[in-house]
Amino acid sequence: MRARVSDRPPRAVKAQRSAGTTGIAASDARRAGWLLACVALLAVACLLSIAVGTRTIGVHTTWDAFAHYTGTDEQTIVRELRVPRLVLGLLTGVALGVCGALIQAVTRNPLADTQILGVNAGAALFVVFAVGVLGLTSIWSYVWFAFAGVAVAMVAVYALGSIGRGGATPVRLTLAGVALGAVMDGLSAGIRLVRPRAFDYLRFWDVGTLGGRPMSIALAVAPFIGVGLLLALTVARSLNAVAMGDDIARSLGADITRTRVLAVLAVMLLAGASTAAVGPIGFVGLMVPHAVRWLVGPDQRWILAFTVVCAPVLMLSADVIGRLVIRPAELQAGIVTAFVGAPVLIWMVRRSNVSAL
Amino acid sequence: MKALTRRQDGAPRVDFGHRVMVLRPSAAVSVRLSVRTTVVCAILLLLTLVVGVLALGTGEFSLPPDQVVRALTGQESGWARLVVVEWRLPRVVLALLIGSALGLSGAVFQSLMRNPLGSPDVIGFNTGAYTGVLVATAYVGHDYAQTSVGALVGGLLTAAVVYLLAYRQGVQGFRLIIVGIAVSAVLGSVNQWFIIKADLQTAYAAALWGQGSLNDLSWDQVPPVAYAVGALSLLLVAMGPSLRLLELGDDAASALGVRREPVRLAYLAVGVALTAVATAAAGPISFVALAAPQIAARLTRAPGIALVPSAVTGALLLLVGDFLAVRLFAPTQLPVGVVTVSLGGAYFAWLLARNTRGRK
Repeated sequence: MRARVSDRPPRAVKAQRSAGTTGIAASDARRAGWLLACVALLAVACLLSIAVGTRTIGVHTTWDAFAHYTGTDEQTIVRELRVPRLVLGLLTGVALGVCGALIQAVTRNPLADTQILGVNAGAALFVVFAVGVLGLTSIWSYVWFAFAGVAVAMVAVYALGSIGRGGATPVRLTLAGVALGAVMDGLSAGIRLVRPRAFDYLRFWDVGTLGGRPMSIALAVAPFIGVGLLLALTVARSLNAVAMGDDIARSLGADITRTRVLAVLAVMLLAGASTAAVGPIGFVGLMVPHAVRWLVGPDQRWILAFTVVCAPVLMLSADVIGRLVIRPAELQAGIVTAFVGAPVLIWMVRRSNVSAL
Repeated sequence: MKALTRRQDGAPRVDFGHRVMVLRPSAAVSVRLSVRTTVVCAILLLLTLVVGVLALGTGEFSLPPDQVVRALTGQESGWARLVVVEWRLPRVVLALLIGSALGLSGAVFQSLMRNPLGSPDVIGFNTGAYTGVLVATAYVGHDYAQTSVGALVGGLLTAAVVYLLAYRQGVQGFRLIIVGIAVSAVLGSVNQWFIIKADLQTAYAAALWGQGSLNDLSWDQVPPVAYAVGALSLLLVAMGPSLRLLELGDDAASALGVRREPVRLAYLAVGVALTAVATAAAGPISFVALAAPQIAARLTRAPGIALVPSAVTGALLLLVGDFLAVRLFAPTQLPVGVVTVSLGGAYFAWLLARNTRGRK
């Protein structure tokens, strides 16, 4: 018999968390209302992402670019630059956000993020290897290396962090991520410096940007992100059980191994695809699930639903902000997320108890 | 292990663990040396010498060890002397100086934090130094002095910011590390931005420098580094045993008469200064400061972090790292930081695995 985890968080979870952890939106009706609000926000972010830039473009032009395409400059900008950028932002935003939510749930680590756990570094190392040593330059070939890198990094970090009887505590996982991330960063720096051509190619990929990528890249990674999302949604319910610790989860009848394997697979697809497409972008996966948890409480299904909507909002706004702050030049989205995300991380770690999840 | 052995007269002799030599050069001075530590340091120095001679002898123009030694002692002239003394020796000397500076600073930091992970590279000093270099290159100029100052200012500012942000009724190791990660992430993205903005040539040069490299060093850089490292080491000696006492914990240290915060601040300043000297000379070389004191502690089986073995180990590590960096992909010279970060990071991982297995 499969276990049903009830909608309300069980006592154990409640006791573990401090007061007020059911979230601001305490009932499902309110959560649905908030979700609608977030969808509206996402719509606004999408519009801004098309409108804002070195040249401001109105809704009409956008509409005309598709309905009555006449080949004016502005219409071309919309079709060739802004829309691919929007699509890419949506896809990778969702992917990174869900990725963060999954990693945080599986490792029970509120500080987990693809950047902190060294997953980005792993993907980057393998991509650097593919581009620098094997000479591949098409995304279709190196996306597989990104997957492999994510998988290797995740398994290695998790294995290293969970050695010993205490299991994988947040602190250990973070340290393991830092250690292995440093090794992999060092190796990829080495490869890059030996191959100046790869250095030139990768310095633009490395920063994490949505700009300058054709639609074909978005289309190339979309299927992977889609499958990853499906996997994530199938494990959402059992993640609720996993969040209570292995013993309770098992006694509730959840299949922990299956849940973990599926979740890691999902992370691999999501992180690998998004890193291959836009480069390593940090902190989206850290911040969004956190903010969302604060809003809706600990139920993973709501967290995932909200993350899917809110993460692209963050991604697109980071991109839009990047276009605005040093006009007419552009700040890459990865830089903006780091500037926004790092203070959040510092704030989190300065609060008393970071290990509670 | 035999805890008790019989003396000749039959009374039990107590084994106090570490064998200790006491040297009394004069009535006023007495020095206690652990026998094992002394032996280990001697062996490490010997190894350093061997690797040093090897490093001096290899390259595009190879020399046998005996010729290297003759060139060093001044019995050789012309080409061999030029290659060994003028071209290669400054690099080796600087590797030793910088390595020992890094080892010392790592030892100081790890003692202060009472955490093997509390090393300057974990708390973002290196990333900050790199940012400083990039800023200096972009806005001031890129000769040696300017990049050095940039590195220094960047590293110091970053360390200060990380320390302040992590301070919350004292600094706790884990919090410091996470804050370090966060600040490094911001600076890292700033660095990336500079690298994108710059033309390929500048970006590549900055990236080389940003990994920490002993390439392009000459005798010009030796005296300032030597004086700085020497002065700071003397300062450490002069500060006496309070570092050890601080390791006992705040309460115990206070009870033993250490004025905690001023002493801690003083040590922090010296540790930062040592890292700063190394960074200014060769760029941010990662993980030597982290690994050297730990390796030294394991080799000497000392109960805590000791300064001298850490310095010697650091020197050896950097020398070996640089030797590998130069020879591994010859003729392409990797920056030594690439080697140390790979080896040191792996060591860091191992340390973590071992630590967690030992505890709990």
